[in-house]
Amino acid sequence: MTETAEKPIKASEIDSKFKYEISKMHGGEKVMRCFQCGTCTSDCPVARFSETYRPRQIIRMAQLGLRDRVLNSDTLWLCAACFTCTDRCPQDVEVASVIRVLRNLAAEKGIVPQVFKEEASSILESGYAYRIPELRLKKRETSGLPPLPKGNPQSVGKTLREISFLKCVEKKGG
Amino acid sequence: MTEHKYLMFLGCAIPYRVAAYEISARKILQRLGVEIVEMPEFNCCGLPLDPVSHETMLILAARNLAIAEQKGLDIVALCPGCAGTLKKVSKMLREDKHLCEEINGRLKEAGLEYKGTVTSKHLLQVLVEDVGLEKIKEMIVRPLTNMKVAEHNGCHILRPKEYIGFDDPEDPKTLKTLIEATGATCLDYMDETECCGAPSVGVNDKIALQLARDKLNHIKTVDAQALITICPFCHIMYDTNELRIEKMFNEVYGIPILHYPQLLGLAMGMSPEELAFNELRVDCSKILGQVCEGGK
Repeated sequence: MTETAEKPIKASEIDSKFKYEISKMHGGEKVMRCFQCGTCTSDCPVARFSETYRPRQIIRMAQLGLRDRVLNSDTLWLCAACFTCTDRCPQDVEVASVIRVLRNLAAEKGIVPQVFKEEASSILESGYAYRIPELRLKKRETSGLPPLPKGNPQSVGKTLREISFLKCVEKKGG
Repeated sequence: MTEHKYLMFLGCAIPYRVAAYEISARKILQRLGVEIVEMPEFNCCGLPLDPVSHETMLILAARNLAIAEQKGLDIVALCPGCAGTLKKVSKMLREDKHLCEEINGRLKEAGLEYKGTVTSKHLLQVLVEDVGLEKIKEMIVRPLTNMKVAEHNGCHILRPKEYIGFDDPEDPKTLKTLIEATGATCLDYMDETECCGAPSVGVNDKIALQLARDKLNHIKTVDAQALITICPFCHIMYDTNELRIEKMFNEVYGIPILHYPQLLGLAMGMSPEELAFNELRVDCSKILGQVCEGGK
């Protein structure tokens, strides 16, 4: 049994509106189509090496309305976004996109793994997702590469104003 | 005369730590008559933040598209993640008027607007669709006939199929064909389309390295002399991490990991130095010795 399935489900945990909330979001529209065939899990490269990550289970939990259980689950963050499940799903559920919707909902609750905070703060600072060392920039010149296009943090900041996830990044300093 | 002109979309991973890919890609594009113009302004394509904020990803991607539209040029991306994201967002915004208005409302704050007038392609697409196999074959002066290699496409150049619409994700042929154009043999092996694991780095390194190890094992089984990649992240997984994987799992590989433009550049007569082979972690001297005199 996986970590998220260990405890028996209580009726009080079930939020019957959860699936409708998911299906209103981009990528989550087809969550209710899943009939639990398991193609996603059997073809998932991560599931092959993880004892807990099972995309089929995540979809079922979402359908059942186990909001807190699924959003608080660490396994939600293991998806490598290879989209094999999406391409092979016989019901066209767009499994990887449903999982992304769930991650977005977790992020809105403030659950954001450190790696994403670092990338977000770097993008806000420089436009690039990673902090490119000065040495690398100098080496471009000696390698005959053109200067790196500049970011425009002020302009990026304007277009991303009031996105709730970014507030959590700024507050915690990335 | 240049027939094709593109805006170069470098992405973040390449300038951060995958210089050899950029150096070799620029060299072959120049030789093949593809003119490259730099992005006047850049921000991340948005893909890394999609897991935490889909809206942020859409805005970041649309910004780049709007900037490219101002320049009036199509985009060539070296990173399949960037190419895929820009393609996917273009399709979404073209097909969903309401979403397009929403995103344009955001871009307006910065004096930008997405109109849907440019297309985005990955390097591989530019090579097969614009330059063409025939022209590439004409440029081969040093056929790599005694080389046996394996290919790794990676996921985002192929999937999700609905948005990418390039090659067959279950049986991709383009990279193989391009490898064979250099004269090298491209070997089949088990689980060719398996993910490299890179997106799991930072969340669960062990799973990521197990995936990369699996691939290296399959390639070793068929005696490939090198693995050819077209993605900066896949390259990092296999080249930068090969030694780490060998130590962690008590394996021996010694398989060089080449960017496709390096392989093509060699066949076009360029030197390993020009193609930045010195930037690769795994020792390439054995295969280079086979290709050029003294490995230079």
